[in-house]
Amino acid sequence: MHPFSFTKAATTREALDAGRRGGRYIAGGTTLVDLMRETVERPEALVDISDLPLREVRVTERGGLRIGALVSMSQTAAHPKVRSLFPVVSEALELSASAQLRNMATIGGNIMQRTRCTYFRDVTADCNKREPGSGCAALHGFNRMHAILGTSDSCVATHASDVAVAFAALDASVHLLGPDGERRIPFADFLLRPGNTPNREQTIRQGELITAVEIPALPRPLKSGYLKVRDRQSYEFALTSAAVALHVRGGVIREAKVAAGGVGTVPWKLPAVERALVGERPSDALWTAAAEQAAQGARPLSGNRFKVELLKRTVERQLRIVGGTK
Amino acid sequence: MSTELPESSVPPPTAVDEPSSAPTRRTFIATTTAVGGVVVASGAIGGTLLFDDEVAAAEAPPESRVSLTVNGTRRTVTVDNRTSLLDLLREHFGLTGSKKGCNAGACGACTVLVDGRRVNSCLTLAVRLEGAEVTTIEGLADGDELHPLQQAFIDEDAFQCGYCTPGQIMSGVGCIQEGHTGSPEEIREWMSGNICRCGCYVKIVRAVEQTAGRK
Repeated sequence: MHPFSFTKAATTREALDAGRRGGRYIAGGTTLVDLMRETVERPEALVDISDLPLREVRVTERGGLRIGALVSMSQTAAHPKVRSLFPVVSEALELSASAQLRNMATIGGNIMQRTRCTYFRDVTADCNKREPGSGCAALHGFNRMHAILGTSDSCVATHASDVAVAFAALDASVHLLGPDGERRIPFADFLLRPGNTPNREQTIRQGELITAVEIPALPRPLKSGYLKVRDRQSYEFALTSAAVALHVRGGVIREAKVAAGGVGTVPWKLPAVERALVGERPSDALWTAAAEQAAQGARPLSGNRFKVELLKRTVERQLRIVGGTK
Repeated sequence: MSTELPESSVPPPTAVDEPSSAPTRRTFIATTTAVGGVVVASGAIGGTLLFDDEVAAAEAPPESRVSLTVNGTRRTVTVDNRTSLLDLLREHFGLTGSKKGCNAGACGACTVLVDGRRVNSCLTLAVRLEGAEVTTIEGLADGDELHPLQQAFIDEDAFQCGYCTPGQIMSGVGCIQEGHTGSPEEIREWMSGNICRCGCYVKIVRAVEQTAGRK
């Protein structure tokens, strides 16, 4: 690990000042400390933001949910309002990492986490995300866990977060505070596809601080849930996953929110699946037909062709779990 | 494949509340290999270990002072900012119960309680723990009376080599406090952050279940 200076910000202003001077924010630290130890991350200055007042979970005036950036994964998952309004968020969180890591890691840090691509973590391997221009060892390497959607010739790494898949499905937004004031970015625009610049992963400017993630109000009743398919039953990253939320009224699906994880370079919204569902009556045939749209545009690699079919089946199963068997 | 500098690259701290003692094998190795071999220790035998002054001035990694409570005892130390809580406990406080398995948050052998919550001490920077209360496996027993979960691990024979056991027990204490012990399946899920390479999971689950049931 490279040496670094350390300060703890007592106020948001202090944090922003330190951030503007190039300090890296640290909250839970579960990704950052790990990558610093691997020398993948080499910050010269760490700014501890854990004392900032960003620990509130509250229902917004419109009936959405605002989760403070420093609320831990475990506190978010256990929060009664999260559990009752958006079970998909609680489920995604509780299927992530381990109990210890969920106690440490925060919501803001979770969406800032970096890929688990083994070549990214191995400083002796070629990786455009870590070392722009060095190449991508995963393209023709061991790429069973890698992405099939949103990839480029520069990078095929997945985004590892589960709750980000739920946030993407629910059209959440990210609240940012920077030297120039506040702004709010739709979740879909917050995380960037690799393109030719896989080293750029978020639309966040130097010194900007995530203050909250906000889930908009959605029509009620809303049924939702998260399914994660992986090599072992617990404490493992997704091969595929699906976040589904459905609003059914009068026997007809009025609103459908669907996204997939484990398959994209970013959490992968599935608008074609959503379109196939809205206006239809729930049925097994509908789930199958809609899920057939899930892998549109997929570009599998040598080691992960299985993900195309697995993705469709994952979405189909989760549609059935949330929407019921008819 | 890790390119990490050895743990010994983190020099021992200045302990404010502890008298310095003769170097142990651990601190001897730690100090003589400080900072990736760049810094050469002098006067290693029979006294305080000093860095070469010039090199130390040019290369001295940033340090911070932190006060925390470990198993009920208040400690104040100045440490290299890179020091993990796990290294602070093991290398500086001599509390070697918490184990270094993966040093990457993947195995759970380093699990301790910080302010009552179970965390991976290997991913916790010590300098962030100002005012924190840390409980390690050494602080669990009440004098000679073992914590019920410690006793249950013995009663159920819930270990073979024992390396993961301190982490399992600290994680189990957290799991019971959190109330995730409704069924063996629930315990397995909520204890999945602790790997046991001897494969004692059935008995570990039984020990946690037995202790939770007694509460």
